[in-house]
Amino acid sequence: MVSVLARTGVWLAVLFLAVIASAFAADQGFAMHMAIVAFAAFAALWFTVRSADYDGFARGVLRFPDAGRYDDDPIRWGVIATVFWGMAGFLAGVFIAAQLTWPVLNLEPYLNFGRVRPLHTSAVIFAFGGNALIATSYYVVQRTCRARLAFPGVARFVFWGYQLFIVLAATGYLFGTSQGKEYAEPEWYVDWWLTIVWVAYLAVFVGTIVKRSEPHIYVANWFYLAFIVTVAMLHVVNNLDLPVSLLGSKSYPLFAGVQGALVQWWYGHNAVGFFLTAGFLAMMYYFVPKQAERPVYSYRLSIIHFWSLIFLYIWAGPHHLHYTALPDWAQTLGMVFSIMLWMPSWGGMINGLMTLNGAWDKVRTDPIIRMMVMALAFYGMSTFEGPMMSIKSVNSLSHYTDWTIGHVHSGALGWNGMITFGAIYYLVPRLWGRERLYSLRMVNWHFWLATLGIVFYAASMWVAGITQGLMWREYGADGYLVNTFADSVAALHPMYALRAFGGLLYLAGAAVMTFNVWATILGRLREEKPLHDAAFDPAADRPIVAAA
Amino acid sequence: MADNHKRAGRLDEATRTETVGHEWDGIEELNTPLPRWWLWTFYACIVFAIGYCIAYPAWPMLARGTEGMLGWTSRGELDKEMKQAADARARTVAALADMPIEELARHPELMRAAVAGGAAAFRINCVQCHGVGAAGFKGFPNLNDDDWLWGGDLKAIETTLIHGIRQPGDAATRQSAMPAFGADGLLPPEQIEQVADHVLSLSGKSRPSTAGARVFADNCAVCHGPAGQGSRQFGAPDLTDPIWLDGGSRAEVIAQITRPHMGVMPAWAGRLDPVTIRMLAAYVHSLGGGEEAPAAMPASAPPAVPAP
Repeated sequence: MVSVLARTGVWLAVLFLAVIASAFAADQGFAMHMAIVAFAAFAALWFTVRSADYDGFARGVLRFPDAGRYDDDPIRWGVIATVFWGMAGFLAGVFIAAQLTWPVLNLEPYLNFGRVRPLHTSAVIFAFGGNALIATSYYVVQRTCRARLAFPGVARFVFWGYQLFIVLAATGYLFGTSQGKEYAEPEWYVDWWLTIVWVAYLAVFVGTIVKRSEPHIYVANWFYLAFIVTVAMLHVVNNLDLPVSLLGSKSYPLFAGVQGALVQWWYGHNAVGFFLTAGFLAMMYYFVPKQAERPVYSYRLSIIHFWSLIFLYIWAGPHHLHYTALPDWAQTLGMVFSIMLWMPSWGGMINGLMTLNGAWDKVRTDPIIRMMVMALAFYGMSTFEGPMMSIKSVNSLSHYTDWTIGHVHSGALGWNGMITFGAIYYLVPRLWGRERLYSLRMVNWHFWLATLGIVFYAASMWVAGITQGLMWREYGADGYLVNTFADSVAALHPMYALRAFGGLLYLAGAAVMTFNVWATILGRLREEKPLHDAAFDPAADRPIVAAA
Repeated sequence: MADNHKRAGRLDEATRTETVGHEWDGIEELNTPLPRWWLWTFYACIVFAIGYCIAYPAWPMLARGTEGMLGWTSRGELDKEMKQAADARARTVAALADMPIEELARHPELMRAAVAGGAAAFRINCVQCHGVGAAGFKGFPNLNDDDWLWGGDLKAIETTLIHGIRQPGDAATRQSAMPAFGADGLLPPEQIEQVADHVLSLSGKSRPSTAGARVFADNCAVCHGPAGQGSRQFGAPDLTDPIWLDGGSRAEVIAQITRPHMGVMPAWAGRLDPVTIRMLAAYVHSLGGGEEAPAAMPASAPPAVPAP
């Protein structure tokens, strides 16, 4: 009863403050955002009051969740959110790809490229990827610790708080509220909110590890923990800024000039390193051995590549600032740390792929394994391409061109996307207690649509990037530049159209997945020739409850 | 902690490798040693990194970073490359700087170099208004044709580039202004329509209009000439050809007479060095419509700058 009262009081206070902030806001973006916060606080208030167990209070007996089962509610929500935000993010991506090809699609002012582009990147990285990471980490940490989630209320707050962060970020971009830092666009109050949510997430994750029933911490949890801790540090440091007014959206960063650029790319590169690499390697370390039903290839490799990866990654950021005002020594360090990072990155690929030793036939028979293997192949490709592009002489050709875009997408679509799809296909029947997916054959369709889409995307961007790089630096015999910038833009048009087509294929694959997940949740089964799938024993899927 | 998890590794049949002995939710780990090729490649990368750090600027010290044994800096490399490029062009640049532009036509080798340099400068400075192919846009002249507003020989083009067109603050800029016949009430609307018909009839786009011809003679001929052939002194376009700077439809011609659009081009002196301007003149001249220098004018004559 006291906790219900306390929670109601907190939400009421937030509601009250948000309404005041909205009324006295210095600018329209802030007013709109505070209205959204007020609405969210009202929803939380309403839910708290409505779902309280008044009968339980009256009788003095409260219903407690079944301690003999894992706490899977926030994971189910997270899987649905992942699929939803994935579709939104892919759709935004196809839209901006089309805008670049046919500029008439820039719908001013709310849907121009400059506003939808951060919407796309944040939707796929933070909304799709972030929800996938939170949901799978909740799933994996419970199973590999044989313990229920610590602080179930906080775990739910993390889920909903994170969705609020996404909504604030996305609406901010469309309404023109942005601090203009790539992958860190949300303004100061959204950053503060995310910090609170993230610390809560850390508490849930570490709390669950602390109360584990297993003697050792599984490698996936090392990676999840590295991801959570490092992202917290990166996020806080890169968003150190001073609001102009506590009732307005505008703020100015503490670091200026080249220092600001270095901090931004220290953040930006490690967002890739710890969000998109370490976090997703954690997913890989659980779902690949589970789906393959094979032991992990090498425990020793997992230790060495974990520590070398997290030690080396954090220094590689300056390679985003080659040939800029950044001092030469910092550029050198960025490059050599990137090169040293090659093998530590590949350690994850080796450990994932070689886990299939003794089960390689499943690549043929199990479409989910096929998806995971493709993810690892793209992971390997892009973690080779990355160090290569960090070499200064390569970078002088590739920098500022679409090659970078192609590189990012072979990693994002190939690695992050495919491993997430694999995890979703693994999770959905187990979380909703279904015998199997609605259709394993449709997983195969998804696989081919996505793979073909990535091939179109990456190949067109490689050609476009190298075309750009070569055209920009082309000198005639007399030592003068041969091309105008507009010449290079015109030359890229067919490549941009192919890229948009590739994106469309990838979106189509995700739509197939959405339908498949939906039908599975509804409990439908498609009549089809069976394919191989990993076995599942619901009776073993339980935490170890202390006898006392 | 449950003791039953602390068991010794078992032998995995498929790979003939022992497991480490831990198990989490059914997942075990093999005790496979690090792949040798992986380890040695990792070492090789580290050795390369150390070597690179010795050779190049790498480590931050108290006051500045280490400089590296090769003495390489990115700024030094840029300077070297820029100097190489400048050296390669030095002879051409010096020759162009010394030679009056009228004489350029007699030195085909120098002319070719000037056109190449002008093409590059054009791509950076001129394409924004005149387009990548120099074909212009409505209100921005096409430089490929032989229809010149202010003159199409090398000297005239260079003068236009140096002083610009209607450039405020440049006393020698190309200057003229067409009256706003409609907006300022100089001509009633029906007369504007008549004179528009007359103007269009000069290139056969409309039937002749006697009333329009009268209006033209009274108001327009002073700049555009009695036959509408234009005048380079005022930058007044030739109205008898099919080239229309501000559009050749009846509505567009009426709009131009009512409230004329008059283009502005910046004076490039001070923004670009004299040799680059000379190269630009040579390039524009080479596009197809370049004219010979007027025979009557001796090469040593002072530059002809039309009075405002």
